[in-house]
Amino acid sequence: MDLLNAIVALLNFVVIPATAYGAQLALGALGVTLIYGILRFSNFAHGDTMAFGTAMVILFTWLFQSMGIHLGPLPTALLALPFGIAATAALVLGTDRAVYRFYRKQKAAPVILVIVSMGVMFVMNGVTRFIIGVGEIRFDDGARFVINAGEFKKSTGLAEGLAFRSTQALTIVTAILVVAALFWFLNRTRTGKSMRAYSDNEDLALLSGISPEKVVAVTWTISAALAVIAGTLYGLDKSFKAFNYFQLLLPIFASAIVGGLGSPLGAIAGGFVVAFSEVSITYAWKKVATYVLPESLAPDGLMQLLSTDYKFAVSFAILIIVLLFKPTGLFKGKSV
Amino acid sequence: MTANMRTLLLFAGMALLIVLEGSTTFLGIFGGSWNSALFILTFGLLSAIMSLGVNMQWGYAGLFNVGVVGFVALGGLAPVLIATQPVSEVWTSAGAYRLLLALLVGAAIIGLAITLNHRLRGRGRVIALLVTLVAGFFIFRAIFDPAVEVIEAFQPATYSNIGGLGLPVLLAWPVGALFAAGAAWMIGKTALGLRSDYLAIATLGIAEIIVSVLKNEDWLARGVKLVHSIPRPVPREIDLQADPGFVDFAARFGTDPVTASTILVKLLYALLFLAVLLVLIFAMEMALKSPWGRMMRAIRDNEVAAEAMGKNVTGRHLQIFILGSAVCGLAGAMMVTMDSLHNPSTYNPLRFTFLIWVMVIVGGSGNNWGAMLGGLLISFLWVKVEVWGPAALNFLTSGLDPDSPLRQHLQDSAAHMRLLTMGLVLLLVLRFSPRGLIPEK
Repeated sequence: MDLLNAIVALLNFVVIPATAYGAQLALGALGVTLIYGILRFSNFAHGDTMAFGTAMVILFTWLFQSMGIHLGPLPTALLALPFGIAATAALVLGTDRAVYRFYRKQKAAPVILVIVSMGVMFVMNGVTRFIIGVGEIRFDDGARFVINAGEFKKSTGLAEGLAFRSTQALTIVTAILVVAALFWFLNRTRTGKSMRAYSDNEDLALLSGISPEKVVAVTWTISAALAVIAGTLYGLDKSFKAFNYFQLLLPIFASAIVGGLGSPLGAIAGGFVVAFSEVSITYAWKKVATYVLPESLAPDGLMQLLSTDYKFAVSFAILIIVLLFKPTGLFKGKSV
Repeated sequence: MTANMRTLLLFAGMALLIVLEGSTTFLGIFGGSWNSALFILTFGLLSAIMSLGVNMQWGYAGLFNVGVVGFVALGGLAPVLIATQPVSEVWTSAGAYRLLLALLVGAAIIGLAITLNHRLRGRGRVIALLVTLVAGFFIFRAIFDPAVEVIEAFQPATYSNIGGLGLPVLLAWPVGALFAAGAAWMIGKTALGLRSDYLAIATLGIAEIIVSVLKNEDWLARGVKLVHSIPRPVPREIDLQADPGFVDFAARFGTDPVTASTILVKLLYALLFLAVLLVLIFAMEMALKSPWGRMMRAIRDNEVAAEAMGKNVTGRHLQIFILGSAVCGLAGAMMVTMDSLHNPSTYNPLRFTFLIWVMVIVGGSGNNWGAMLGGLLISFLWVKVEVWGPAALNFLTSGLDPDSPLRQHLQDSAAHMRLLTMGLVLLLVLRFSPRGLIPEK
């Protein structure tokens, strides 16, 4: 019985939250890694693209709610998602046309593009705050739980409750669908194949008649869509606050680098590596330990390795370990 | 027009802007208060020092550091640890001495791990490293945690920290630079030599961590509970106002003692900062003209060729990365000294990292005078846009009904205008004048 309780507590406080968070990071890191693979720079504006997209989704959610449109048990934000993606894709494509294209034509050094993306980050950050403010916004509606902690306790007779929130379930399901669609697109369609060709060898791709502008536009659109989906899922799961999205940049980059910049499969693996390390290192293991260990060995402290204030330190430590020992990442990303 | 004329004119224009801010309220564009003008000047001088630091890294060596806020924050710790009085009650064998022991043990464990990493090979290395680090972590926490509890339990409303050394506050400035240099050495050792984006992300990370350590480790500098009244190198306003000699002095200029004292204090800080800035610029210009400076530029312009000539590229990069970060740390220490307040919640990366980058790019990367001008000009804009934004929106929305929700929302959001403006300034300069206002020669 104690072992069962330990497993339930572990599921409840570590596995489920980390899986949902990992899925969100993976979606964000996929966007970063695609931009890196095709456009060959680290896009510092990605966190703020997520924030802008989520802000758009929130606005459309409010619009639908005021019109009385609901999705029943699912959050209304799902209905608003395509509109948010469209608005963000338009913004990102506009930015590419107005800002990035000039440097691409000049064949500017990647680091210049990074600085340019910093300027874009500033502007997007300002626009997002201008539109929706800096406050914390909760916009989830519909059913709260798939599995309710109280009912779970009653029906199983265990001391530990298991809560599985619908936003967490939604995150995991959406992430699986999106990743499947993305890999189908990259591996099976003509456009996807031309994107991979362009990423592998730009000159050869140009010689075989692939239009670079089209590849770039498709990449931006996909990355914007991924950013909006990741941002919306994160906002539904936790809450929306513009500055938090800026701070997500570090774990997202850590995920992309751990997996290997430029490798989509790596971005997904990296997202889960970072999320599981972060949650398990900042979780107080006392509860699980008391169930598993005999009474004489029961811990006095919280058994928390690091306080949650230092969760960024975890992504950073992982990043440093990878940079020191395996700079190309787990899945052999682009050269160092 | 020669390049020197252009530089002189630009600096004269900058001085004029500050004088106008002090003397006139022309159409509401300027503040018309010397207090505000001197505030912008001190703020600008501090930012100019930070942008000199970033300019060393980016302009001389092409290193992309986006962790400026971390180095500034680390420097800002120095005035607290050097100048405040020690909290002698916690300096016991169960308190602060035990804490020092814990830190030494921690350093020794990391040292051991690094030695093992160099000496061993293969699977043995991985296992030895893992065992050392994991066991070391628990040993460290076992010594560290009880000590922190003892220190933080002592009068939490006023102390809960180890206090400082009670030394003169000016000594904290070079110490702040040393703190930042130490952090830069550690980060440089790991991330330099990899591609440029990696250094950027690593510095972004270390900055986040430094700021969260300062916010959460109450034993160090009271965290978000703030350290007030750090000793100052200049007289305090209240003391001046109580001094009859100063009141007479103020009366001779026809101002009240309160305004006169605040202006005098700001002026003294401005002079102090200007002196530091000029010494730094002089030293950096000399360094840039020396063989060392030529080598740095050669490395920046063509790393492969410089390496073929026998130059140690990674070593030089590490050197300049440490020097530039130390300058940022110095500025942080100066800033906390001026505020005589240590408040880690003000360390926002947008303000202390990305804004400094805007200054360097706008001023002219690779040119010290450019970085200084960029620091002053962008600080001026940063402070003034906060005033102009709402005024401009008020004017633009004057056609709307005063109660309309759109107008209300726009006016509430006006505070965010400055992020937008700074981003636009950066993008426009990068696009149309990538070498900045005062280009490198």
